[in-house]
Amino acid sequence: MYKLIKSFTLFELFQGLFLTFKYIFKSKVTINYPHEKGPLSPRFRGEHALRRYPSGEERCIACKLCEAVCPAQAITIEAEPREDGSRRTTRYDIDMTKCIYCGLCQESCPVDAIVEGPNFEFATETREELIYNKDKLLENGDRWEQEIAQNIHLDRKYR
Amino acid sequence: MTYDILITGLIIIAQILAVVVPVLISVAFLVYAERKVLALIQLRRGPNIVGPFGILQSFADALKLITKENIIPSGSNKIVFILAPIITMVLSLAGWAVIPFAPGWVVSDINVGIMYLFAVSSLGVYGIIMAGWASNSQYPFLGALRSAAQMVSYEVSIGFVIITVLLCVGSLNLSKIVLAQQTVWFAIPLLPMFIIFFISALAETNRLPFDLPEDESTLVAGFFTEYSSASFVLFFLGEYASMILMSSMTVILFLGGWLPPFDVYPLNVVPGVIWFTLKVIFILFLFIWVRGTFPRYRYDQLMRLGWKVFLPFSLFWVVATSGFLVYFDMLPN
Repeated sequence: MYKLIKSFTLFELFQGLFLTFKYIFKSKVTINYPHEKGPLSPRFRGEHALRRYPSGEERCIACKLCEAVCPAQAITIEAEPREDGSRRTTRYDIDMTKCIYCGLCQESCPVDAIVEGPNFEFATETREELIYNKDKLLENGDRWEQEIAQNIHLDRKYR
Repeated sequence: MTYDILITGLIIIAQILAVVVPVLISVAFLVYAERKVLALIQLRRGPNIVGPFGILQSFADALKLITKENIIPSGSNKIVFILAPIITMVLSLAGWAVIPFAPGWVVSDINVGIMYLFAVSSLGVYGIIMAGWASNSQYPFLGALRSAAQMVSYEVSIGFVIITVLLCVGSLNLSKIVLAQQTVWFAIPLLPMFIIFFISALAETNRLPFDLPEDESTLVAGFFTEYSSASFVLFFLGEYASMILMSSMTVILFLGGWLPPFDVYPLNVVPGVIWFTLKVIFILFLFIWVRGTFPRYRYDQLMRLGWKVFLPFSLFWVVATSGFLVYFDMLPN
């Protein structure tokens, strides 16, 4: 009987309606994405970049550890001694369509050359644009150096 | 002589446009309001890019849809396929002919207004059945079957609700129904019928929690799965126009149409149209609010509710109301 009265007065339905009405006035949980962005951890693994020393010399010594560790086999490196005798890459390609953003390349790098920067907005219109070569990666490094250096600095005590 | 006919014709066309254009514009804002209210309930932001606070979003969407390619499936019955959305749209606009917005503000003040409205809103199911059948595809077909069954079931209880109201009024004319509510709105003495009518209106317009004909999670988009571009727009407009039509029917039958809530000084100088619009907006908000709150009914639950709960309950109320009116000799002449 009690149950019948409860269902005929739509008590539970009105409870539900009241709850959703309260939610109308709550503050929103979404952010206005392209205009405002959420916080990123210093460990955030975004677009790759090849860094340089302050002198302008590229850091990568072509040890090929990243190529070996890459689980998606997205990295291709070719290397030969440069004229001054130092060991440098002649080719450093990352296929961003294969990459799974696991971060093993930056973990394995002995000289912090290859890093995953804080940039995650690098969508392109064609697939070819996502196959990065050495020039593109170095350019990324130059563009994001400040942020990358700061992130490495913030994260240093956990390494 | 010929000029007279021409002028009468022009006046009629002007009257039709004066009703249809505001209805179509309010459909656009209703879609925006629905997205915004649902977003607020779900703690999201909703459309906020096109125009101030995104109020022009629906116009942008309509423009996008109309410029798209109109795909007609090769297996479909082309004539019926194209005709179905047109019928839905036309029928949902045809009902507006008898809606009184204010005293005298009605395109045709016919004496069987409520019957006409009821008939037109029932005919709406034909557009859906034709769409489902002409598409020659499984999901639209299932959607059309569900829609037919659902609309027939809920029209029965809507019919009884209307009979109850008519017993209290003594006229089928919509303006007279409104004027009969000058002392008290029918929503107060006939509250259970008001709630039944509202819930049946949800089912009649295929709104959640009764949107089985277009059930996204099981039927893709139900009866208009195969539609695209302009014919999709027509379905969409028709559906929302019939939503507004059903809510104005609710307002006329139960919330006193254009009458102010109390016949006192500052309220009764406000034009009737504004009261009417405010009440319709309130009912539409209820539609959206219910959508944001309740989960979809299962098909057998929907049928159970229609036939085993609403039908006996509304039948009982018809008998109770008429008995009450006869016993206390309150029958309208």
